[in-house]
Amino acid sequence: MIQTETAPKPRRNVELALIVLALAVGVGASALVSINSDVGLDRDFWFQSSLLAVAAFAFHMVLRLRAKYADPVILPIVVALNGLGLALIHRMDGPGDDTGNNQLRWTLIAMAVSIAVIWFLKDHRILRRFTYISLAASAFLLILPLIPGISAGEILGARVWIRVGPMTFQPGEIAKITLAIFFAGYLSSNRDLILLAGRKIGPMQFPRFKDLGPMITAWLVSIGVLVFQRDLGSSILFFGLFIVMIYVATSRISWVVIGLLLILGGGFIASQIFSHVAFRIDSWINAFTPEVFGRSPGGSGQIVQGLFGMADGGLVGTGLGQGRPDLVPFANSDMIVALIGEELGLIGLFAVVMLYLLLFTRGFRAALGTRDAFGKLLACGLSFAIALQCFVVIGGVTRLIPLTGLTTPFLAAGGSSLLANWIIVGLLLMISNTARGPVDTTPMVGKPPASSSAPARKPTTGQTPSAPTEAVKHQ
Amino acid sequence: MNDVSELTITALRFGFLLLLWVLIFSIVTTMRRDLQIGRKAVTGAPTAREVRKHPELAASPPPAIQHARTLVVTEGPLKGTTLPLAASPILLGRAQEATLVLEDDYASGRHARLFPQGSRWFIEDLGSTNGTYLADQQLTRALPVELGVPVRIGKTVIELRP
Repeated sequence: MIQTETAPKPRRNVELALIVLALAVGVGASALVSINSDVGLDRDFWFQSSLLAVAAFAFHMVLRLRAKYADPVILPIVVALNGLGLALIHRMDGPGDDTGNNQLRWTLIAMAVSIAVIWFLKDHRILRRFTYISLAASAFLLILPLIPGISAGEILGARVWIRVGPMTFQPGEIAKITLAIFFAGYLSSNRDLILLAGRKIGPMQFPRFKDLGPMITAWLVSIGVLVFQRDLGSSILFFGLFIVMIYVATSRISWVVIGLLLILGGGFIASQIFSHVAFRIDSWINAFTPEVFGRSPGGSGQIVQGLFGMADGGLVGTGLGQGRPDLVPFANSDMIVALIGEELGLIGLFAVVMLYLLLFTRGFRAALGTRDAFGKLLACGLSFAIALQCFVVIGGVTRLIPLTGLTTPFLAAGGSSLLANWIIVGLLLMISNTARGPVDTTPMVGKPPASSSAPARKPTTGQTPSAPTEAVKHQ
Repeated sequence: MNDVSELTITALRFGFLLLLWVLIFSIVTTMRRDLQIGRKAVTGAPTAREVRKHPELAASPPPAIQHARTLVVTEGPLKGTTLPLAASPILLGRAQEATLVLEDDYASGRHARLFPQGSRWFIEDLGSTNGTYLADQQLTRALPVELGVPVRIGKTVIELRP
C-alpha cells in the first residue's frame, strides 16, 4: 500500500507569497495597459489595483481563519487569472465604456459571496442533504429565462438571461453548481446499484435499462437547453459534466460510450433541425470561404479575425495595448483568448492555459485526498466543469471544434460566470481543506455517526472495510 | 506617453511574460511536495537508487501474499462451478443481473456482494432475508474473506481459491 498522505500542514504563508506574485501579474498587466494607452498610471489604475489587492488579502485572511488546511495554490491561480482578465477587459473599453469597472464590481461581489460560502457552510458534506433540492433548484434556474416577465428576451440569439433591476444575469451559470451537487449526491448514494447490475457484452459491462433513467434525464435537460434557450455551449457542459461524474463514480467505460453516442445522435439531429447549430458547424468547417466569412447571421468573421489576430501576435505577442483586437467582435468576452494570443503571444497564451491546467489538477488532487464519496464526486465534477469550459472556448477560438458561446472562466467579461466560478473555487477550497487537514473523526452534526465518521487513519488497521462506497478505488 | 521610451516598453513587455512564467514555476515548486508523496513516508519502499546507495535498506522480500484468483462453489445446487475473479465487484443472488446467479430457494434476489479493496476481497450482506455466513458467523458488516474460508448463502457455500 502506498502512503498517500503526509502530515497535515496549513502552508498559508506560501499562499500569501504566491498571492503577492499573482497580484503582480494582474496589476502589472493593468499597468502595461495604462502605459500603452494615453492615460498613464492615473487615479483609476491605483484605485482598481488596490481594490483587487484588498479583496485578495481579505480572502486569504478568511482562509487562515476558516479553512486553515485549504490548498495553497488555488487562490493565487484564480487571483492571477481574474486580475489578468480585469486588465484585458479594461484595455478593450472605449472612451465611454464601463465594462472594466463593471467587471471589477462583479469580481468583488463574487469574492464576497465565495467568502460567505466558506464562512457559513464550513463543511461541504452538508450539501449532500440538499441533493434533491439542488435538482429542483437547477430546474428552476434553467426555466427562469423562459418565463416572460423575468426573461431578458433573446440576446445574441440565445435566451439565457434574466433581468434583475438594471442588470442582466445568467441563471444557467449557477445551475452548473447545483447540478454538480445533485449528481454527486445521487451518484454517491446509488453508485452500488448502478455498478453491480448489468450484463456484459464483449469486454464492456452495460448498465440495466432502468439505471439509464438519470442519464436519459440529463440528456433531455441538455437537449431542452439547446432547443428552448438556444445555448449549445451550456448544453454540452451539462451533459459532459454528467458523463464524467458517472464515469468517475462507476469506472465503467460503457457510460462514456453510451454518452458519446447520445451526444453524436443529438448533435446530428440538432444540426439538421436548428439553423443556429448548422451555422456554427458550417462556419467552423468552411471558415475561410468568402460567402461564409461575410454571412450575417452565423458568419465566420469572428473566428477568422481572431485567428488573424493570433497570427499577428506570433510567439511573444504585440504587447498589451498594442494589438488591434478591436477588429474582433466580442474581444473582451467570447474571444478574450484571441486577444491574449494577439497581445501576449503564444508564450502568454500557454501561460494562461497552464494556469487553468494547474487549477484543474488541484481540484482533482482535492478529490483524491478527501475521504467521502460525495466530496470526491463534487470536486471532480466542479473542476471538470472549469476544464470543459476552457476546452470548449479555447478549442472554439482556435478552430479545433465549432465555436460555442461559453465564457472563459475568470477571464471573460460577464458577472454571472464570474460569480459561479468564484463559488466553485470556494467549494474546491473547502473540499481541499478536509482533504489536506487532519482526519476529523467526530461524527457530523445531524447524521448518524456510523455512516458519516471517516475511517481514522491508523497505521495498524491498514485496510478499512467500512468504506465500500469510496468513489475512487485504491489500487 | 512621451516620457516612456520604446525600449522601456519592450523591456516591460518581455518582463511581463517572464513574470507570468515565474508565477507558474513558483506554483509548480509549491506543488512538488504533493508529487513526493511516499518518498519520506515511513511505509514507502526504498527506491532502486536508494538501495544501491545504502545496501542495508534492501529488506528481505516479504512473504508472497497469495491473491484470490477464483471463486469456487463447494456445496449447493451449483456445486463445482468456478468463477474467475477480476478487479470488479461480484453480486451474488437469485436475480438475473447477478454475476453469480444462485439457483437456491434460500437466497435473496440481491443477496450479498464481494468486492476487492487493496489486495483483499470483502463480503457484504445486501440485506438478505436469510443472512450470509462467513465461517459460521452471520455477517453484520463488510468483512475480509481469506482464502479457503467458506461463505454460506442459503444452501450454497462458496470459497476463494488462489
